[in-house]
Amino acid sequence: MSLLRLDDVCKSYGTLKVTDHVTLEVAEGEALGIIGPNGAGKSTLFDLITGRVAVGSGTIAFAGADVTTRPATERCRMGLGRSFQIPRPFGRLTVFENLVVGAAFGAGRSESDVTGRCAEILRQTGLLERANTPAGQLPLLQRKRLELARALATDPKLLLLDEIAGGLTESECRSLVETIRAIHAGGTTIVWIEHVLHALTSVVDRLVVLDFGRIIADGKPDAVMASREVREIYLGIEV
Amino acid sequence: MPVSPRYRVTTQTTASRVSLVIALLLVVAAAAAPLFVSRGTVQDLFFILTMLVLAQFWNLLAGYAGLVSVGQQAFVGFGAYAMFAAVSLAGLDPVVAILVGGIAAVLLAIPTAFFVFRLEGAYFAIGTWVIAEVVRLVVAQWQTLGGGTGTSLPRSATRDMIGVEQLKDWLGLKSSAAGDVVTYWLALALAVATIAFIYRLLRSRRGLGLAAVRDDASAAGAVGVDGNRMKHLVYLVAAFGTGLCGALIYVQTARISPDAAFSVIDWTAYVIFIVVIGGIGTLEGPIIGVLVFFLLQNALADYGSWYLLVLGLIGIVVMLFAPRGIWGFISDRTGIELFPIRRRLVIDDDPQTPDTD
Repeated sequence: MSLLRLDDVCKSYGTLKVTDHVTLEVAEGEALGIIGPNGAGKSTLFDLITGRVAVGSGTIAFAGADVTTRPATERCRMGLGRSFQIPRPFGRLTVFENLVVGAAFGAGRSESDVTGRCAEILRQTGLLERANTPAGQLPLLQRKRLELARALATDPKLLLLDEIAGGLTESECRSLVETIRAIHAGGTTIVWIEHVLHALTSVVDRLVVLDFGRIIADGKPDAVMASREVREIYLGIEV
Repeated sequence: MPVSPRYRVTTQTTASRVSLVIALLLVVAAAAAPLFVSRGTVQDLFFILTMLVLAQFWNLLAGYAGLVSVGQQAFVGFGAYAMFAAVSLAGLDPVVAILVGGIAAVLLAIPTAFFVFRLEGAYFAIGTWVIAEVVRLVVAQWQTLGGGTGTSLPRSATRDMIGVEQLKDWLGLKSSAAGDVVTYWLALALAVATIAFIYRLLRSRRGLGLAAVRDDASAAGAVGVDGNRMKHLVYLVAAFGTGLCGALIYVQTARISPDAAFSVIDWTAYVIFIVVIGGIGTLEGPIIGVLVFFLLQNALADYGSWYLLVLGLIGIVVMLFAPRGIWGFISDRTGIELFPIRRRLVIDDDPQTPDTD
């Protein structure tokens, strides 16, 4: 069953097309990876799906409902969680409070009911020891983990991860991949934009390639990575 | 068998418990002050308390919601004029008419929000100032309340105000002095209620959402916080409190004019100074700031326009060397919070205790 469906979605800034007739379905329980060169429109696609940016044309349906014109807050409450490519913590709030915001507003829980849930997410994402640290003081890896943890606190049906492994060391990346794999195994549908291909392909079961706002490939990771067009455009390999 | 950890949240600190006791004692002492101090001191305390209320509401707007308004004098003046109208035209008691001032300020804030919330940052600040000027010019056309030159409250209204007769009998005061005590007690009640209300708001779910919007409105939207709604709520609440305070100030002075009631210097510039030097985004900051402002005002009263230059210079020095204000400077070094808002996660039955830096 399709959890997310984009139908002929377009977005332009002036004459620049950043999303060009994108049609895409994500099934419930799927782990989908999105790759593409810088400027291909990957993050914009997340902005359109979450309602941070309005679509130019086309429709977006989530969990069976047309959400094309619904505000970002409402889409979040319906179960669309996301992380940002450049971490955007609530800097003056503590790590724990960042999660409470997500759980109280995004998941619509009463504040008195969220303590245990938020603490468990902190444990799962390796942030429990930093629970009472102001989020603005965290180093990069922990900021990335906080992005993931805060999105999880909203109880997402679909989790959109935007280059969450970028800038991490190999061991940090391995540890993050394990966490994401566990989240997916727990039943959360995942769409993951990533440049760290070995991390991405170790989790996802389908890969989409974007270039100039268009989908140029969609299929099993091995098949997509073997495609001549993808290797030329994305990996810069002359075939 | 392993014990699963139990989690709980605490906000209280030892300093906050001590400060609560001290605050209660101070409120009792302040309530009893008119029995022991001169009328001049009562008027000084009234000034401190009303400026504190204005500063707390401006701090709520700018420090917690990121809405830097330079037009709060619109609500002071409009609340005051509404109170004057309710007393002079409708014959209400001035104490009751103070409520009319607060309600009128909210009624003004609803349409003005429609315009100013289309603006952001510096444009929002200028927009609020423009609206305040427009309201001043419109009110100055209201001839029934004195037009551009202003008017006074009817002497009978202030003489017969709620509580004045009883105080005259009880303390043996003249009507005017008894009126000052009544307005002082109202100012004390308003200041305590304001601090209690804002503290409760900031500790609530809404307060947490407000802090998230302040730190990153776009990220807050992505986790379900409706930033626009939060900001509207704060704007209306601040308008109500500022309107109440404006009405109360003009019950005490009993004389009003558009230039005084809508003064950007008296009701916004001084208030910004108080919040900035005290510590923006903290409840303690405006309390420290208003005391510093009062002391400076008295110390520099004989130096004419040098007074404003010195205030400006102090504001610049504080912003350069203690950008989080005097209270921020103290709190950063000592970790003391008299009004703690932060939720701390505590783990029982588990050796892994989160840090608290």
